[in-house]
Amino acid sequence: MALDIHSSCPAVDDEGRAVTELVVNVGPSHPSTHGVCRVIAHLDGEVITKAETVIGYLHRGIEKMTENRTYLQVVPLTDRLDYVGSMYANWAYCRAVERLAGIALPERAEYLRVITCELQRIASHMMAMGSAAADAGAFTMFLYAFNQRDFVVDLFERLCGARLTYNYVRPGGVSFDVPDDGWLDDVRAFCAQHRGAVAEMDKLFFGNVITRGRLKGIGVLSAEDAVAWGASGPVARGSGVDWDLRRDDTYSVYPRFDFEVPLGSNGDAYDRNRVRLFECYESVSIVEQALEQMEPGRVRAEGLPRLLRPRPGDAYDHIESARGSLGVYLVSDGSPKPYRMKVRSPAFCNLALLEKLAVGHMMSDLVVILGSLDPVFGEVDR
Amino acid sequence: MNIEELREHLCATHPDLCPLFSTEFGDGVLGVERGELHDAASDLRDLGFDRLGMVTAVDRGETFELVYRLQSRSMSAGMFLKCEVPRSEPRVRSLTDLWPAADWQERETYDLFGIEFEGHPDLRRILLPPEWEGHPLRKDYTDDRIVPRPDFI
Repeated sequence: MALDIHSSCPAVDDEGRAVTELVVNVGPSHPSTHGVCRVIAHLDGEVITKAETVIGYLHRGIEKMTENRTYLQVVPLTDRLDYVGSMYANWAYCRAVERLAGIALPERAEYLRVITCELQRIASHMMAMGSAAADAGAFTMFLYAFNQRDFVVDLFERLCGARLTYNYVRPGGVSFDVPDDGWLDDVRAFCAQHRGAVAEMDKLFFGNVITRGRLKGIGVLSAEDAVAWGASGPVARGSGVDWDLRRDDTYSVYPRFDFEVPLGSNGDAYDRNRVRLFECYESVSIVEQALEQMEPGRVRAEGLPRLLRPRPGDAYDHIESARGSLGVYLVSDGSPKPYRMKVRSPAFCNLALLEKLAVGHMMSDLVVILGSLDPVFGEVDR
Repeated sequence: MNIEELREHLCATHPDLCPLFSTEFGDGVLGVERGELHDAASDLRDLGFDRLGMVTAVDRGETFELVYRLQSRSMSAGMFLKCEVPRSEPRVRSLTDLWPAADWQERETYDLFGIEFEGHPDLRRILLPPEWEGHPLRKDYTDDRIVPRPDFI
């Protein structure tokens, strides 16, 4: 029998049956994920028909470990959740403890928390955009973004001695006041140059015709789906969901600042990344306002007991982290150790959308979609 | 609508639910029976609680306390929906048909507490391997690999 060489080769399995579906394992290790994630992609040709996300490779049982430690001993564990944005997990946990134990903060501590967390947002978004750009093949953008991230990490190293797990925010305030070697001036200098750097990145990356081709219309998420699936942060705002905890469920000293909430309209990978870029602009503005308003004073609440014994009950508090609404649910039974802690992590809820967003796109778009969701697996798996 | 108006609304429409509603620690807390969980959640969704923030459970000994945290963007309010699930029969109706956000979080609660969600489309372990035995966040879970932390206090 003559074989027509212009038709595609018939794929068969071991028993000779025709196979039309190809199953490809993406991961567990991939540069776009800041951690360990496996995607089982079912392909028809080059098009994804089903994508199953497998997580848990980084599960360390942090929620179980907290039940064996005092309230203060838990703080270093929260650093290990979102390891590219440790300040947020610190802050969310400390807010839950303060709410449970009824601790009031000195004002300078709130300002220092806002300044460090907005700088952290810039560092985290630079990581997200830089690695998302590297996934799309734009390596120069990766270097530009990591250069900016490094400035922030250097500032944090001078502030608290660590480049990754800061452990800076503590129940009742922050661990130390800023170093008196001109740290605040250097924050001002960073802010002054950061706007120009962001504008440069905007032109370099988002104005690039190849970037637009790779990112626009990829992984489209509607606003209704974003709300129903519990997406938050830039993932939801990229779809036009106008919701930011800093403005809409406000906490700390955020009502004193004037800032905008950037919104996307198409809900594709391009909009999600561009929202992150504009949030860096707004973060710079918040840091500058906070530096303007901050006054000298104490950085930890007075008269804190060495061992916290909150009254029995439960409390939930959430903050707007770089990835969205990060909540901590704490249950106390009156003993010095938390009875139960649960971290509602934005990365976990955003990542659940991958199975839905990837279907119908090409295999090469999978990493772009994954990168635009910005999952950090320390926080997904906990 | 704020939390107080919500309480009034609940008292008017669901007189049986009203005494269960409290506002300790700033959030509304509504405790319901296991059989009424789905109906109560559906009502709250119609009242404007459009987001399901968190699903978790607390081991209270004889029972598990299942906790759903709902959020309303229009009211800027959050509230807990709680229900007791007996340890002897840890089964409850899933809320995935109301909020798809419950999908992974209920899987996580099933994985770590062993509470089964009826009607869940894909109830499998999510954080632990499929062959794992036991449910680690139960207080009576024991494992050789857990090394107790020395008690310094």
